[in-house]
Amino acid sequence: MTRPTRTKSSLINTNKKLSFVFNGKKYEGFQGDTLASALLANDVKLIARSFKYHRPRGIFTSGSHEPNALVEIIHDDYNEPNSKATTVELYEGLVAKSQNCWPSLKYDLMSINDKFSKFIGAGFYYKTFMWPSFFWEKVYEPVIRKAAGLGKLSKNKNNKNSEKGFLYCDLLIIGSGPSGLISAYIAGLSGIKVIIVEEDYVFGGSLNNEIFKISNMSPQAWVQSILKEIRKLSNVRCIENTSVIGMFDHGVFGAIQKLKESKIEQIFWKIVSKKALLCSGSLERLIPFQNNDLPGIMLSGSIRSYLNRWGVNNFDKVLLFTNNDDTYVTALDLISNGINLIGVVDTRDNPRIFDPKIKVFKSSQIVSAKGKLYLKGVDIVNKVGELTHLKCDYLGISGGWNPNIHLSCHTGVRPEWNEKIYAFVAGKTNVSTHLKAVGSANGKFSLYECILDAEKQVLEILSDLEMKPKKYSLPKIKEQSFEIDPFWFVKIGSQRKWVDLQNDVTVKDIEMAYAENFRSVEHLKRYTTLGMGTDQGKTSNVTGLAILASLSNKSIPDVGTTVFRPPYIPLSIEALVGSSIGKNFKPTRLTPTHNWARDNGASFTETGLWLRAEWYSQKNEYHWRMSVDREVNSVRNSVGFCDVSTLGKIDIQGKDALEFVNKVYCNGFAKLPVGKVRYGLMLREDGIVMDDGTTARMSENHFIMTTTTVNAESVYRHLEFCHQCLWPEMDVHLISTTDAWAQIAIAGPKSRKIISKIVDKQFDVSNKNFPFMACKEITICGGVLARLFRISFSGELAYELSIPTQYASSLVSYLMEIGKDENIIPYGTEALGVMRIEKGHAAGAELNGTISAQNLNMGKMVSNKKDSIGMVLSKREGLNTLDGLRLVGLKPIKANHQLVSGSHLFNSSDTITPINDLGYITSSCYSPTLKSSIALGFLKNGNSRHGDYLKASNPILKTEVIAEVCNPIFVDPNGDRLRE
Amino acid sequence: MIIDHPLLGPRDASEFIYLGDASLLNRPNWDEEKSEDNFYKYLYLRENVAGMHKELWFHQQGDRSWLVISRNTVTHEIFKVELATEFKKNMGKSND
Repeated sequence: MTRPTRTKSSLINTNKKLSFVFNGKKYEGFQGDTLASALLANDVKLIARSFKYHRPRGIFTSGSHEPNALVEIIHDDYNEPNSKATTVELYEGLVAKSQNCWPSLKYDLMSINDKFSKFIGAGFYYKTFMWPSFFWEKVYEPVIRKAAGLGKLSKNKNNKNSEKGFLYCDLLIIGSGPSGLISAYIAGLSGIKVIIVEEDYVFGGSLNNEIFKISNMSPQAWVQSILKEIRKLSNVRCIENTSVIGMFDHGVFGAIQKLKESKIEQIFWKIVSKKALLCSGSLERLIPFQNNDLPGIMLSGSIRSYLNRWGVNNFDKVLLFTNNDDTYVTALDLISNGINLIGVVDTRDNPRIFDPKIKVFKSSQIVSAKGKLYLKGVDIVNKVGELTHLKCDYLGISGGWNPNIHLSCHTGVRPEWNEKIYAFVAGKTNVSTHLKAVGSANGKFSLYECILDAEKQVLEILSDLEMKPKKYSLPKIKEQSFEIDPFWFVKIGSQRKWVDLQNDVTVKDIEMAYAENFRSVEHLKRYTTLGMGTDQGKTSNVTGLAILASLSNKSIPDVGTTVFRPPYIPLSIEALVGSSIGKNFKPTRLTPTHNWARDNGASFTETGLWLRAEWYSQKNEYHWRMSVDREVNSVRNSVGFCDVSTLGKIDIQGKDALEFVNKVYCNGFAKLPVGKVRYGLMLREDGIVMDDGTTARMSENHFIMTTTTVNAESVYRHLEFCHQCLWPEMDVHLISTTDAWAQIAIAGPKSRKIISKIVDKQFDVSNKNFPFMACKEITICGGVLARLFRISFSGELAYELSIPTQYASSLVSYLMEIGKDENIIPYGTEALGVMRIEKGHAAGAELNGTISAQNLNMGKMVSNKKDSIGMVLSKREGLNTLDGLRLVGLKPIKANHQLVSGSHLFNSSDTITPINDLGYITSSCYSPTLKSSIALGFLKNGNSRHGDYLKASNPILKTEVIAEVCNPIFVDPNGDRLRE
Repeated sequence: MIIDHPLLGPRDASEFIYLGDASLLNRPNWDEEKSEDNFYKYLYLRENVAGMHKELWFHQQGDRSWLVISRNTVTHEIFKVELATEFKKNMGKSND
């Protein structure tokens, strides 16, 4: 059924019909509708079932503070749970359904919970499901989760994208009601950079809900006229469909913008603003009485919105219940639309008379709402206790208004109580926030006050920013007053009176919490769940506090308040992540020879951000081990090369460079001659090994340090710390040159042959004139600048050749060409790893953040004759026990028994228990050189156990291998090959 | 958070890496009798300040300056941002 007639409203286009589906049934609405307004216009009152008791619930508000009308929006590829019907803009073909009900909304079986409500009040779960404890995870929680709760995720991947962006301005205006528009207008004219954001899909805020006149115009026409002025200003940016979700330190705000008809679904903006005005208006609060949650009961101001903004006029027999003046505006608007207004139940003895046509039930309260799935009528009681039954279909409640100060609390500023309006207002902002509440968000509830407040505060901001306002004109508005009676809840009656509709918290629950001594507001909140959920208690919090105050005979400010935390509205994790998902989660760094490697059969592995060639498959190789074994054998017997550009390279220069290097490495560097490289061990200040690498002295005051790939950034940062924070007086300069220089390792007994072919003639690379650990700046291939280091990670005669990055790819192609006779091959990280394990070199797996120099058998390297980072604490007793862990080699008794990294070591007769644990395996591989599986590991008292047989046990993989402890240097322990 | 870099002006906190208490600038001497105890105190003992705190930040995605930032740990207000090199030099003048 559709009702084509609507009251005329400029915000509804009745010429543009939109069809939509709710719970499987087709309806029609109009352009400009929300899902909620279209459902109301179609007489759909029952929208949802409540969270805990599965009570029937309808639309309660007309905005993002909606506690009840949460629905699932069904898209082709995914579902959006917990969408507020009150904020979803209607579109052609929208499909939505109710959540938290089974088998249907009308006959929800779980509503049996409601019958047992006496037993499942606040704290029920905590008290009941205590034991047996393992039952919680296995039985209670799954059952409860199924019964309670909100929407469900479809778990499908959607095809829409999220993005992130930054915006900068002088003044951020949050909300585009009267205060926001006036502020944007005055501020915009002055020339400062202004951003005004509106949560709704139309600008105007509360003005869209009203029909009075501003400057002889309808409020909507006035909004359009001032917007036109504002949009003429190029320094003002107006963004609709955007919610500011949080205020963070130093004027940083988060905002989520929803886009329509775009590939990008949403943008998360980080807005940096010098000043900000909170023009977020105020939110109406409810009054708890018996059964005040029936569909048909709404906030008074929301009835007015549906009537005026959306032209919904099928309200029949409307009753209003209030403690303040604002409700009479609703009453008058209903009457002028010809709707049958039963009257206004007013708690006050002498409310102002607005219109004699309005029937007012003075000094009265509603004690109970009647009806099963919908409101049918109410019982009211007057001062002398006379009970009257009134039939009605809709009831509008107003318990007063709360300034919408959610954002003002986000930096830890507590709200303050205002006795005049009986509500909390924003606390005085501390200096690290720039936010000021304006207009109705500042407790100025009349349009007259809003405009004056906005003008005053904008002028203050302009003066703070040292800007002068330009000439502007403001609409003339009559002064109005706002009166309210602090009436919080109906005390009469023993049935449930709902305070927090979303979490099914009743007055009784608050009483119980109080009786059980949960009396601090923070405890009350957590015990009853008052104010949690997707609406964050926007309609219920203050009412809950007032009830607690009345129970404890305290004033509301004495009871205190919880503070709001971001986000203002729920937002998906996806929105925060933006496009940084999957491969885009982190940048990928490619080595200078990446494309060459890709074209030559390499497969790649991730090391940190880098993609590195792990091995190069040849035609006949169908298993990676075949490739790796071949690469190792080629290097050990002939020659191979490997791109090691990913190692960190730090250029160190200055008069004090030598002294600096000597202070950051624990071993001695003071006597390192020009033209020589030395292995360096770097400790953290606590004496644990941080990193290792080599440092070459290229000239008197010029050093090149290498770091491990993974620690390149942290070592550089550490060196800058040492320089800037510890020894700023030193003349030393550091720069990371990792990306500027490619580095190619050329290793194997025939590597010198290869090197001699590319090095320009004037440079002598003979063993005599360029021995092991030599370094030199040279030229290759007829003049290309290069740096040659005779260092070896593989244990073979080897060189590392550094060249400007752009030459790397040509160089490796050239190496393949000139190395044909020597059968030169490229090798990957896997072969590199095998050879370093064969050689007993520590790498990332060994430098795991718990290992001392002594553990690596390098204790004697730590010089105690000089100051270096970590030296003093490396001498601590605990790091220097005689039976401590030592790096050892391990060889299984049967060559094909695989040793697994992470296995722990035990004496062969011991049982596998932690107390018998002697150490662990850090790296393992198959050694084609030894034709056996081998490993490195740390073993207690390891150096005196060479030759012993131990169990290497891995309880996770359920493996146990007997292995012999040996020297960690499996290949060429004397290092003869390096020096050949 | 916004950090007002003394050379580069206001920058977003995501460009920086936090290290900790600026007392790390006061590295003890290595060659004194009590140096082990001094280093232990230097490395592990911190005031847990509710209020003004001097701390070290590194401009990793920027000019690689180490900064000493005076920040109120309760309100997050930043009062002063100085280059660590300058701070250290001035420190030498007044105290050491």
